[in-house]
Amino acid sequence: MNYSTLLIAVLIALGGAYLLGRNRARTLASQGAKMHSLPTHYGALVALWTTLPPLLLLLLWAVFETRVVDMLLTLQLPESIRLAGEADVRLALSKVHNLAKDSSLMAESNLSGAAAHLVDLQARTSLLKGGVILALIFAGLGLTWRRIQPDMRARGEVESIVRKLLFLSSAIAVLTTLGILASVLFEAIMFFQKVSPIEFLFGTTWSPQVALRADQSGSSGSFGAIPLFTGTLLISAIAMFIAVPVGLMAAIYLSEYAASNVRQVAKPALEVLAGIPTVVYGFFAALTVAPLIRQWGETAGLDVSSESALAAGLVMGIMIIPFVSSLSDDVINAVPQSLRDGSYGLGATKSETVRQVVIPAALPGIVGAVMLAVSRAIGETMIVAMAAGLAANLTANPLDSVTTVTVQIVTLLVGDQEFDSPKTLAAFALGLVLFIVTLALNFVAIKIVQKYREQYD
Amino acid sequence: MTNSNLTTRQKVEASMARRRASETRFRLYGMASVLFGMLCLVVLFGDIFSKGYSAFSQTVLTTEIYLDADYLEISTTSDEQALMNANYEGLVKNHFKTEMQPSGRKERRQLYSMISAGAGWQIQKEILADTSLIGQTITIDLIMDDDVDQWFKHDHGNDDGSTRLSEAQLGWLDSWVESGDLHTRFNTTFFVNGDSREPELAGIRGAMTGTFLTLLVTFLLSFPIGVAAAIYLEEFAPKNRLTEIVEININNLAAVPSITFGLLGLAIFINIFGVSRSTPLVGGLVLTLMTLPTIIISGRAAIKAVPPSIREAALGLGASKMQTVFHHVLPLALPGMLTGTIIGMAQALGETAPLLMIGMIAFVVDVPGFINDPSTVLPVQIFLWSDSPERAFTERTSGAIMVLLGFLIIMNTAAVVLRRRLERRW
Repeated sequence: MNYSTLLIAVLIALGGAYLLGRNRARTLASQGAKMHSLPTHYGALVALWTTLPPLLLLLLWAVFETRVVDMLLTLQLPESIRLAGEADVRLALSKVHNLAKDSSLMAESNLSGAAAHLVDLQARTSLLKGGVILALIFAGLGLTWRRIQPDMRARGEVESIVRKLLFLSSAIAVLTTLGILASVLFEAIMFFQKVSPIEFLFGTTWSPQVALRADQSGSSGSFGAIPLFTGTLLISAIAMFIAVPVGLMAAIYLSEYAASNVRQVAKPALEVLAGIPTVVYGFFAALTVAPLIRQWGETAGLDVSSESALAAGLVMGIMIIPFVSSLSDDVINAVPQSLRDGSYGLGATKSETVRQVVIPAALPGIVGAVMLAVSRAIGETMIVAMAAGLAANLTANPLDSVTTVTVQIVTLLVGDQEFDSPKTLAAFALGLVLFIVTLALNFVAIKIVQKYREQYD
Repeated sequence: MTNSNLTTRQKVEASMARRRASETRFRLYGMASVLFGMLCLVVLFGDIFSKGYSAFSQTVLTTEIYLDADYLEISTTSDEQALMNANYEGLVKNHFKTEMQPSGRKERRQLYSMISAGAGWQIQKEILADTSLIGQTITIDLIMDDDVDQWFKHDHGNDDGSTRLSEAQLGWLDSWVESGDLHTRFNTTFFVNGDSREPELAGIRGAMTGTFLTLLVTFLLSFPIGVAAAIYLEEFAPKNRLTEIVEININNLAAVPSITFGLLGLAIFINIFGVSRSTPLVGGLVLTLMTLPTIIISGRAAIKAVPPSIREAALGLGASKMQTVFHHVLPLALPGMLTGTIIGMAQALGETAPLLMIGMIAFVVDVPGFINDPSTVLPVQIFLWSDSPERAFTERTSGAIMVLLGFLIIMNTAAVVLRRRLERRW
């Protein structure tokens, strides 16, 4: 039985168990028993105990089935393959899987035994799985149903289970962070066993090709990530050069000067910019802005790369404007009116008040907003993947082509992946750097923004 | 005259002109910034629209074509094998060869290249739908090749030499234009086909179905989990260090680059849990983790907005904490939570980077049927097409972007309407 059938069976069991439990409680109550909880509580209790264990088992089964099957299958492979190394075993296993799916495929005779075994194994596990799940459903149903008695505290039990489920849901967010950290850390450590961290962090040549044959020359692969870091910084700097002044001035104008009807139109319009998918910006940057810049550069006699950092940076800046403006808008609005009134009372003009009172008072919040925007720029992927290049040039010239950390992660991981080659693992090392840097930026920025908000509350 | 001779009032008045000018300047900077932002929006939309509107029309040639049973080698209409495998493409080529009389092999090849490779399938579809057509002459709108399509939609009438068509081809085209046989119609192919290497046959149906399935998985997982987490954190969590860590963590997670979620999906869901690559299932799992922080944060805000008096009234009447939350607080907070979820879904709809990591970038022709079929999604389709050099693909990329933006506008409008309609102000 496959997962969707079993899932549907569990869902049907959920409804049935609820009704059965509720009706039993009702029957008992109608016979004159004084029940501790409402009939629905008994129904819910039976439903929970009937469905939760099989669901958990299904999940575990889904996680471990392939690994266990592959392990058993490896034992069935001919000796020669098993001793040949991990890569050969994996290749043989995938062949066996294909063979089992489609018996008409011409087989290498030494694998047909394993394929037959796999078919047999799959049939048996499927049967076993269905049997165990159904047994669990009925066991849960029967045992809990029998426990329904007038003095049984069903409500308390249901509530404590539900509370645990609620807790588990909120723990998923933490598990996600740990999952990200674990996944990048684990692969990154494997990478650093092959390439020294010093070379990775301070090397200035990035060419992640690895030799196909051991005796091949000239493409041993070098993993110096400095050009990627500088490229990321260059594009982010261009983006911030656009986004910070424009976003900040727009926020000031909208919160201090604009009439309320202007504000009502302009604020959502600016926020639309934040809702546009980044792939759209990437398309815009690659097909409209980059050629335009190249054209202008040529008329001005400059040598502009067709994948210039400027195009990607400019468009990224446009994307980030609303982040800066709406976050700054919040902090500017949080500055109490009394500070402004005090300034006006001393004879300051509106712009003087903004520049000398409001902005300094809001500065920590604005710094936080800018930091969040920087982290956004560093982690932005699609715009740079489409509009920036792949060449890892170590340059500060915005008209040149540079590459970024995110672009390299995408390039290294799209297509064939081999989890024992430094080329694939390098992506995770870059991911680790990216995660740590953005997490640190976010952490500090969120702290600053929160601390600042509390000051005037 | 030195400054010390002036009174304070005179000093202030002397500086007023400068101060007023600087005030005006400052105000203008602000206005310019807002206008710049809105200008960017207009330019972006205008650019996409001007490139993409023509993707919704398609050039076709109205042709009267004789379905020659002998040429197709179909003796009996009940022979399904023959019906499926007959040389329809050859039939179309043959038809144009006799009609247009190309001289020499080169011209013949040029003539054939003007008709889409899908023309044969069009005939096949007609015949499979109604086998009695064999041996008759039918009138059919044949899809033209993308070069012809682009020429007719953009270059026709202004011969600036940008077209890739030859003199002979242009001659035939002019004759077709004159007779009125060459015309455009609404591009249904774009909406009913999957991806294709031929621009005129490429469509977004596969990507749209993939997007739908992925978002379905995302919604089914992230909405219940997000609501449950929001309820726990807002109503049940003890105010201690652990809860604080969870809160900080959720806020941070909302700002983590989306690509790292792709790394997680690749390393954990695919490599450890063995979920198959390129499927809406694994895409939905990754997007669930990505949208959860958004849903939790908005869900908590919605719960916080329910006044404590509601809780106190329920508790006072003897409801348990759990009953208070599920019977009274949650129904009142649900509209706000739904709004947050729609916004989270809109984010997930436009997300591309993490899905590249988990293999949803594969070239998939078939429309996926279920959550474990290989598929791609709309933003990734846009990314894939934008890489293609053909001019017709640029047009279709913009068209796909317009569809994507259309969905986003619908979702965001729904969120706004929902908020206005259902959200209560206390």
